[in-house]
Amino acid sequence: MDKATFKIWRGHAGDGAFETFETDVWHGMVVLDAVRAIQAEQAPDLGVRWNCKAGKCGSCSAEVNGMPRLMCMTRVREMGMDKPITIEPLHTFPHVRDLVTDVSWNFDVKKRIKPFTPAPRDADGSWTMAQSDVVRPQEFRKCIECFLCQDVCHVLRDHRRYDDFVGPRYLVHLAQLEMHPLDTGDRLDELRTEHGVGYCNITKCCTKVCPEGITITDNAIIPLKERVVDRAYDPLRKLVQIVTKKPARS
Amino acid sequence: MASYERRSFDVLVIGAGGAGLRACIEAAAAGVTVGLITKTLLGKAHTVMAEGGIAAALANVDERDSWKVHFADTMRGGQYLNNWRMAELHAQQSPDRVRELEAWGALMDRTDRGKILQRNFGGHAYPRLAHVGDRTGLELIRTLQDHGVHQGIEVFNEYTVTRLLKDGGRVSGCFAYDRNKGSFIVFEAKALILATGGVGRAYRITSNSWECTGDGHSLAYEAGADLIDMEFIQFHPTGMVWPPSAEGILVTEGVRGEGGVLRNSEGRRFMFDDIPPLYRDQTADTEEEGWRYVIGDRDARRPPELLTRDHVARCILREVREGRGSPHGGAFLDISWIREKIPSSEEHIRRKLPSMYHQFMQLANVDITKEPMEVGPTTHYVMGGVRVDADTQMSTVEGLFAAGEVAAGLHGANRLGGNSLSDLLVFGKLAGEHAADFAKRRGTVSLDEGEIDLAAREALAPLDRRGEGVGGEGPYQVQFALQDLLQEKVGIVRDAERVTAALHEIQGLKARASGVAVNGSREYNPGWHTALDLKHMLVIGEAAARAALTRTESRGAHTRDDHPGKDPEWGKKNVVVRRSSTGEMEVDTIPCPVIPEHLQQIIREQG
Repeated sequence: MDKATFKIWRGHAGDGAFETFETDVWHGMVVLDAVRAIQAEQAPDLGVRWNCKAGKCGSCSAEVNGMPRLMCMTRVREMGMDKPITIEPLHTFPHVRDLVTDVSWNFDVKKRIKPFTPAPRDADGSWTMAQSDVVRPQEFRKCIECFLCQDVCHVLRDHRRYDDFVGPRYLVHLAQLEMHPLDTGDRLDELRTEHGVGYCNITKCCTKVCPEGITITDNAIIPLKERVVDRAYDPLRKLVQIVTKKPARS
Repeated sequence: MASYERRSFDVLVIGAGGAGLRACIEAAAAGVTVGLITKTLLGKAHTVMAEGGIAAALANVDERDSWKVHFADTMRGGQYLNNWRMAELHAQQSPDRVRELEAWGALMDRTDRGKILQRNFGGHAYPRLAHVGDRTGLELIRTLQDHGVHQGIEVFNEYTVTRLLKDGGRVSGCFAYDRNKGSFIVFEAKALILATGGVGRAYRITSNSWECTGDGHSLAYEAGADLIDMEFIQFHPTGMVWPPSAEGILVTEGVRGEGGVLRNSEGRRFMFDDIPPLYRDQTADTEEEGWRYVIGDRDARRPPELLTRDHVARCILREVREGRGSPHGGAFLDISWIREKIPSSEEHIRRKLPSMYHQFMQLANVDITKEPMEVGPTTHYVMGGVRVDADTQMSTVEGLFAAGEVAAGLHGANRLGGNSLSDLLVFGKLAGEHAADFAKRRGTVSLDEGEIDLAAREALAPLDRRGEGVGGEGPYQVQFALQDLLQEKVGIVRDAERVTAALHEIQGLKARASGVAVNGSREYNPGWHTALDLKHMLVIGEAAARAALTRTESRGAHTRDDHPGKDPEWGKKNVVVRRSSTGEMEVDTIPCPVIPEHLQQIIREQG
């Protein structure tokens, strides 16, 4: 049987080093299989977060050969077996142990976003929505919250703007709410201010790493930026506001 | 004595899948304090993997559907071992529970008239499953999560409960550890809801997530609650069989709902060869009639691929055993053939079954729009679980409630696809409502310090043993041995000899589990966590084996080679497993609740 070598980051709260392991590679093996095999045979306390091993829960996010990926959907052979495959925890979040990071900041961010607020129901107690109107937000609702987009985003990863930028995951969430056919909420002012949509300079790294293939930048972030610009910076609108003496909403 | 933090809630929910979240939302709405403990992160529970849809008689696609038809379908699918009252409540309330999801932001696929679209599924007379492509579970859990986080519920992410604590005869809290820190926490609760899901990880081949280790079943058992129907474990007929890395991963029944057919190595649609008498009148005679059903011809009957899961799984097993299987020991599931019927079939398949397309491309290099998939049975769902009162979801132990997969009764001997997500919503809500009510009526609770101390010592034992140099066996080896054992001897087809041997071997595994030692620290140490999970999985294994040995007939998901037929006497009884006063597992039977006349009439009318 073929063998592959893995260099896995081990340590506590930021302190650590790569440890090298070798394991058999079987047909169709994914990186998470290798990590579990190493756990079972060589390092029982190797810390790793995973649940479904089917690409649906978004738990086993890590950086494999430097790329943010789901370990359960990354085939070992795709990574090339001629040199060691490196596995590191996500860099953008505080390190807990081995491959595990503390992603709780993400959950806190979501709580700060104005929740879904539906329009009144039809007379029969349900709602009517055309399939063509739900397709757009449905793309955003495919998100499995693996936070790979948050990990790769330089505004968070390099510039550490955790306090004034919500990151691509939550711009997708906001786009889903803003484009939801039933939602009556308005989040454009917060998008410009506390959610920090302006920090995104559309490098599209988030779109590239999304395991669900969500076109994050083009379909979610850019339309949000356009809506914010229309609201806050449209000169014609500004003029109308001055003439009618209505205060600008933003 | 180990140190621990202490917290107190009116209602404490263990498990953050669909049932747990729905229970929390309901309890919070009743104005009590609510705590939610989850082994994983919020939104990652096994519910997220559900694919096909939520069964509810909305009658948006076929107006002949009603709660009565749904009720009759559920009872027939469960071979009448179901708790009729649960089946009635479920069928009546699931439409409202689905519409409520829309009020919280869910976006399900639509009909031409803009209402919730419903699809065909095995055992359902009409298109009944509300869905979003093949990622319905994600939609459900995300909707409940996003709504739930604004309801004042306190969430304990990545905490694991190891023991329930009692105050006399009543449950009044639990003992847990924090995965990240390894520290202990004791929860006081006036009412506790188990919503811990299933047991699939006790088997080698399973569609279940890592966390489905039967914790709730075992916690309830240890606390003295009755478990029923533990012999009924559903093997979903279509799991991936190749490559080995993907073995067991679910292939949604939606593939068959959209026209996918099963063939053997000779190219024969073998599902036509064996149609159970209970379903003969509802099943298509020809391939042509089956296809007409798929495309919505109301006069056509269901293709045999949409028979119930227990039956389809057995048919696949038969083909494999008789030498007509696929190269890797399964059968061929083909959706690509619909190109003969639909001009833009490739696009159609990718739109209707996006995750299946992606899953097979990524993991098996198979393009399902062009070639068949190889599929075989995978451990999917446990019909058995905590015996509950149908209206309140309270177990046989006061203060302890259960909802969702950990509870038993709704599905009887076999669950219909789509009835699980609706189960979570209907009974999650009822459990939340009644637990809150119970908590309001209950005075203060007190905990037994001796019990807490025992729980702490028990939790630390695998780490304490690391220095002793005894045993030396790691937890994973014992887990693998149990998984292999249950797969081989308490699997799809059972007989007295093999199940008896399994029971004997489980005793040996218990001894091995009690000697397991783990190294490393208490911070995020999966070896330690696995060592603690072993206790639960061993209870599951023993309960399944004892119940399987007791039921000397074949019915639903329980197939006995040595008792191949259905026995009418067994059709009136549920098998109960409980912990005796001496700590041994005892088995008993109870009569099924008698179906009242007006519901019997509905069953007769629906033929």
